Amino acid sequence: MDDLLAEFLTESNEGLQVLDNELVKLEQNPNDPELLSNIFRLMHTIKGTCGFLGLPRLEGVAHAGENVLGRLRDGEITVSPEIVSLILECLDRIREILAALEATESEPEGDDADLISRLNAAAEGKASADEAPAADEPLPQPEEAVSEEDAQVAEMVEMAEAVEVEAEASPESDPPVEVPAEPTPDVAKAAPSAPAPSSAATAEAKATKESAVANQSIRVNVDLLEDLMTMVSELVLTRNQLLQILRTQKESEFGGPLQRLNHVVSELQEGVMKTRMQPIGNAWAKLPRLVRDLSHELGKKIELEMRGADTELDRQVLDLIKDPLTHMVRNSADHGLERTEDRISTGKLETGTIVLEAYHEGGQIIIKISDDGRGINVDRVKEKAITNGLATEADMEMLSDQQINQFIFKPGFSTAETVTAVSGRGVGMDVVRTNIEKIGGTIELTSTQGEGSCFTIKIPLTLAIVSALIVACADERFAIPQLSVVELVRASGASEHSIERIQDTPVLRLRDRLLPLVHLRDLLHLENDFTEHSEDQDVRRDDFIVVTQVANYSFGIIVDRVFDTEEIVVKPVAPILREISLFSGNTILGDGSVVMILDPNGIASVTGEINVTDKAEEDAEKEVTRAEDRVAMLLFRAEGDTPKAVPLSLVARLEEVDLAQVEASGDQRVVQYRGQLMPLFTMEGSEEPTSESGRRPVVVFSEQGRNLGLMVNEIVDIIETPLNVELSGESEGFVGSAIINDAATEVIDVGYYVNLAFDDWFGAGRSTASDAGNGRSVLLVDDSAFFRNLLSPLLNVAGYEVTTVESAVEALQLCEDGKDFDVIISDIEMPGMSGYDLAEALKTKRWAETPIVALSAHSKPGDIARGREVGFADYVAKFDRDALLSSLDQTIAEMRGAA
Amino acid sequence: MTNGQQDMTGTDLSNDFVTFWIAEQLFGIHVLKVQDILAQSKTTRVPLAPPEIAGSLNLRGRIVTSVDVRCRLGLPPDTSEGGGTSIVVELDHDLYSLLVDSVGEVLTLAADSFEPNPPTLSPAIRQYATGIYRLEKELLVVLDVDRLLDYGRSAAA
Repeated sequence: MDDLLAEFLTESNEGLQVLDNELVKLEQNPNDPELLSNIFRLMHTIKGTCGFLGLPRLEGVAHAGENVLGRLRDGEITVSPEIVSLILECLDRIREILAALEATESEPEGDDADLISRLNAAAEGKASADEAPAADEPLPQPEEAVSEEDAQVAEMVEMAEAVEVEAEASPESDPPVEVPAEPTPDVAKAAPSAPAPSSAATAEAKATKESAVANQSIRVNVDLLEDLMTMVSELVLTRNQLLQILRTQKESEFGGPLQRLNHVVSELQEGVMKTRMQPIGNAWAKLPRLVRDLSHELGKKIELEMRGADTELDRQVLDLIKDPLTHMVRNSADHGLERTEDRISTGKLETGTIVLEAYHEGGQIIIKISDDGRGINVDRVKEKAITNGLATEADMEMLSDQQINQFIFKPGFSTAETVTAVSGRGVGMDVVRTNIEKIGGTIELTSTQGEGSCFTIKIPLTLAIVSALIVACADERFAIPQLSVVELVRASGASEHSIERIQDTPVLRLRDRLLPLVHLRDLLHLENDFTEHSEDQDVRRDDFIVVTQVANYSFGIIVDRVFDTEEIVVKPVAPILREISLFSGNTILGDGSVVMILDPNGIASVTGEINVTDKAEEDAEKEVTRAEDRVAMLLFRAEGDTPKAVPLSLVARLEEVDLAQVEASGDQRVVQYRGQLMPLFTMEGSEEPTSESGRRPVVVFSEQGRNLGLMVNEIVDIIETPLNVELSGESEGFVGSAIINDAATEVIDVGYYVNLAFDDWFGAGRSTASDAGNGRSVLLVDDSAFFRNLLSPLLNVAGYEVTTVESAVEALQLCEDGKDFDVIISDIEMPGMSGYDLAEALKTKRWAETPIVALSAHSKPGDIARGREVGFADYVAKFDRDALLSSLDQTIAEMRGAA
Repeated sequence: MTNGQQDMTGTDLSNDFVTFWIAEQLFGIHVLKVQDILAQSKTTRVPLAPPEIAGSLNLRGRIVTSVDVRCRLGLPPDTSEGGGTSIVVELDHDLYSLLVDSVGEVLTLAADSFEPNPPTLSPAIRQYATGIYRLEKELLVVLDVDRLLDYGRSAAA
């Protein structure tokens, strides 16, 4: 194709894209002169260039369009939706002609007389009256228009094969004034601030500035960039191999230069990746127009909000998510949002909002598409899943609403009752999901009926180079993309994690959950194929479990060995092997060997995604740390042989104190610490520091800006362990003992020392443990981790089953989730929602009958009166543990009596 | 098979063939198809792959899929020691290495010694062979690389 023509096509298409969006903006701000003149200028450029290239048909259409815009600009006619529709129609026609022009390199035959006469009529100002019927029908065949647009967009993608590296070089043929506001970055910048005219307002100013910038950038063919990327990938591989060789050689003169090479290659890789990065706004560019058309077509008022349009991602990924995104926005507009009448009747804002959001998080791009529509109708999904044979009614009973919602990703599923022109044509969310999974991404859905739904897409930044975990099974190595790996667990008979079996199905208990396991060996039929390795069976080493997450399905892959992670270049497998869904590609490792890359999505679907665990629920569950849960404990030795332990979360710092620095203040030993005097204690009965010099380790506790130190003999370890405090301690200063690290360990009571140090902390000495709790469940609401950690073991010892949350909001969430407790202990002073607010809120909830015991640092009579008023069963000073325990005892007894 | 013959005569600029032995039989593929000859190299096996896929290997930074021609032709597996040799060919921008017993020499063959496949030839071989050259001492079976690696068609068949 003629270079000039190719350039023209690229420019014009970019111009048209901007025009689309500017027009939609214009419709919202009809009186923005800057916007109008910008639009006029863009149209004028297209027209001018067609004349120059000798394209009469295109020129005719563009001229008529420009005429109308000129009149608008001069204020002779006013902006109305009809006129905007008409101009958009004109743009569509220009697009059509351009598409044909690209295909055949000549203008297609066709008659634009009708369109031109309508445009002329509009320019005469007759539009509002005479052209009303025509304007009602701006897109005569909506269905066609939509699919046509798709086709055009696809073409445009091809056409726009030249990436805008920085800004646009100004076309030579144009007078400088008419430099179109540089399309690509402008779309990105303009998009997030859709209604704000700011970008347009500054366009004029930018135009002059940009011509200077324009000289700094060039257009580069995408193929060239792709080639560069491939070469860099090879270079990365070669570098990895060199580094591998270097590792085996102790002393090598290559060491230095290789390190340098290593850095340069890394930088080069980063640089080339950057050239491939494009703002996601490019994929969104056509959405405002799409939503605008849909809103007219469906008779709904829709606002599209776009945030983070300048989030950059790899061009290749961008191309691949464009269609799924369009589909989802269309879905949201069509059956996510209610009709205007319905919205009004349910008391919502008349205008429905679709929010598109993109941001980076942990090497991934997160894209969210949410609407404030009606949400997913769970019953309808249920019904549909059952009629389509995707699940039985019995299965459904077992699933939560969020789990049921995941069915919309199954093939052959559309919740739209009527098939509209816009969506519901059988191409459903399953296609979207497949497309996203193809690029190694995941999609999740959360929805609240009546309040809207939100799709969250996570995709890798780039497809070319990923970080992967190298594992081995039956002496074969495989790579697992790091993105899907959650954690590694080592399972052996000796450790606390061991693989259990239900019949022949291996499972793992992991933090109170059963994790389904798959054996890579079985999955890949490794033993059958490579029988020579079967002697491994007898000398089974420990198994490693790679905990993998795909969307909201977690499972473990059992492998023999785990190596390190490596940056790998993903290469597609040969067509012969593409059938195997368990592999997403292959790569060459640093040592030069080829390994297959496992596809977690493939593995998940092969192993049957039957138990789609509910992520949201799981997260909520995680936050609820029961007293039995794993707690990090600091182990140390003081007096005697029995190891001592204290919850690590209570420990502020570990210090060493020089005994010579210890001073006496009354009968209290103190040491200067961070500008304060810190009281020092020793464990009861532990040997007094005889010598006056030498250093002793000190465990520092801190609360409300005050420190106290506990001198110990030796810090042993920090260990994560399930904390089951079993016995009430015999002596003062202990909560009880627990089995930690297979040894009976005394858990010290920090409160006791705090009490010794600061009288106002706790009122009285120890409580005697009782079985008062008798396994009753207590919900402890306190924003201070210190008190949660302090009270939780204490209550545990007293026989209560304790659940702790940090805020009233979380407590309410638990109530919503259907949890039940015998009694609630709540702090009064909490950020956000106070204890009073919580009590008020719970009055109207399911927990109205559950007694609440309030904790407060200051218990003035007035507070107590207020507490009684809002329904606290009792009111306890925060530091009075005995009072708390007896209050609980009493409250529960009252409940029992009442029941 | 006349089709194959036309291919041969139509596209040949020279009648040079790389010859190789599998199970005592001499085969040949067109020399222009051949990229490289490899001695036995470190191959990664690909689980779940069809049996004729011997694995993948790294050839100067490119991943090459190794195809066991013996298996592809339906011949019994090689029992002898000594690994074999690979002939690397390129098809649709992908590299494949054809695992054979041993590689012979490059021969220029006269077109008049070419004959179509005898109809009695085993279907497994006939499927991939374009014809036979009559050499002085033995017969050379010409294999069509495209067909040999056309996995899609054979899977569909």
